[in-house]
Amino acid sequence: MDRYENPLFTVFKYVSLIFATIIVLFPIYSVFVGSFKTQKEYYTSGLGLPDNFFNFDNFARVFEVGRLDIGFLNIGTIILVAVCGNILLGSMVAYAVGRFEFKLKNSIVGMFLIGQLIPTITTQVALFSVVKGLMLYNKLAVAMVLYMGADVLQIIIYLQFVKSIPRDLDESAMIEGASLFKIYRSIIFPMLGPATATLVILKTISIYNDYTVPFLFMQSQRLQVVSTAISAFVGPNAAQLNLISAAIMVIFIPTVVIFLLLQRFIFSGVTNGAVK
Amino acid sequence: MFNFSYKTQRYMILFGFLTIPLALLFTFTFYPAAALLYFSFTEWDGLGYDMKWIGLDNYKEVFARPELFGVFQHNLYYFIGGLVQLAAALYFAIILTGKVRGRNFFRAIIFLPYILHSVATAIMFKNIYHAEYGVINVVLGSLGLESWQQLWLADTRFNNFALAFVSMWKFLGLNMVIFIGALQSIPDDMYEAAKIDGASRWQSFRFITIPSIRRVIELMMILTLTGALEVFDIPKVMTNGVNGTNTFILQAIDTAYSYQKFGLASAMSVVLLLMVVALILIQRKFLFKGEE
Repeated sequence: MDRYENPLFTVFKYVSLIFATIIVLFPIYSVFVGSFKTQKEYYTSGLGLPDNFFNFDNFARVFEVGRLDIGFLNIGTIILVAVCGNILLGSMVAYAVGRFEFKLKNSIVGMFLIGQLIPTITTQVALFSVVKGLMLYNKLAVAMVLYMGADVLQIIIYLQFVKSIPRDLDESAMIEGASLFKIYRSIIFPMLGPATATLVILKTISIYNDYTVPFLFMQSQRLQVVSTAISAFVGPNAAQLNLISAAIMVIFIPTVVIFLLLQRFIFSGVTNGAVK
Repeated sequence: MFNFSYKTQRYMILFGFLTIPLALLFTFTFYPAAALLYFSFTEWDGLGYDMKWIGLDNYKEVFARPELFGVFQHNLYYFIGGLVQLAAALYFAIILTGKVRGRNFFRAIIFLPYILHSVATAIMFKNIYHAEYGVINVVLGSLGLESWQQLWLADTRFNNFALAFVSMWKFLGLNMVIFIGALQSIPDDMYEAAKIDGASRWQSFRFITIPSIRRVIELMMILTLTGALEVFDIPKVMTNGVNGTNTFILQAIDTAYSYQKFGLASAMSVVLLLMVVALILIQRKFLFKGEE
């Protein structure tokens, strides 16, 4: 797309990019400097740099009072179990439905497609009675099971991908006497690698950010995840904007580091996920 | 390990690989949807077995009471904000696929908000909009623009815009990256050919770029609309829905859990569900037409 460009447009282009950069970074800058300030300093120094960049008191208090460590541990466990479960169950369905012909095949695919139409957030009210009924209320397992079972994105993505794996591979393995399970495990599953990478990225982002499931179904304090821990921390400390800033920084930093390391994969992950 | 015939193995795979996922699908998607429909015809406090069938009364109430159905007008801010944001995302996607210095830097910066934690982001903006100590009012004050200072989250003239802006801030980069993916799949020779034929920049945008990514634009518009209908955590965290900032989901969850009116809340949810499903089906049809 490289053509002669009107110099005015070139100027406009860079001005708009710099404007966008400022809009993105300004809020983050404000919490960053705020997180090192004492409460009094916060209220008097405006946007200025903190007096002391080595003032880590706020961060210490955040871990002590806000127990964000529990939040990270809980959400980490949930993500690990739920994402592994998604990968396993999703690839199994895709193999079964994508490779075999059977009577109910089309209705099963249809059911998953219909399931994809129903956003979980709309059925929360009724989901509550299901969760209660299955004795899952106020258990870590509720989040794992819901993230595994209430979203069918993984099945849609894997199903499309399985079709692109040549059937000759299965057939030559069968000639060598491989079992169907072995074909799934050593041929299909490894070939699904790129789809798996996409899923890991999309699911991790959406589970990490989710607020509704922990807010509605895991009210107990020891089950707090990052989203509920920070909102619980803000309530009683609403006046201490410096502490809140530190809590926000603690939550932002790990994801920013991961993003910088895995940027390329994340870009291709969200792009592949959108075109599903 | 497996000495079964392929026929037996086939049954084992089909049964073993499909039972659990289907059980999950029924338990956590279909059963709740069906139960929701049933609850919506009843009066129920969500706790006991005291459920009274009242037919369509809940639906009548949803549409008759402006504080229930009328709440959708607050969702409208997120939709309009979302459309503005889509236009901006497309603009940045186009300039960042073209020739520009610092391309990867700008892409990464604009995308950054999407990977930041959503609740922490909402709280960050709550601080920024803070009436006394929030940086917006502090900056305006130091520029001598005291008269521009506002109660950003309390004043009904501004608060929904302020909330919708958070959503725009967060999702601009995601949409931009998706548009970049779509733009990169347009072959370069098409632009070359157009250039040889003397097409202007605007003409190649209008007749090559737009038609090539039409499907993606349509998809994103529908996703913006369904996303706007389902907004929950931004108003929940930032204002708890007071001062006219509650959205439909927030209102439904309050109706159920704070007012113990599960029947009414279910009817609200069914209305929302039907709207979302209708929109997605319209989009599918659009996409299908595009493929022909």
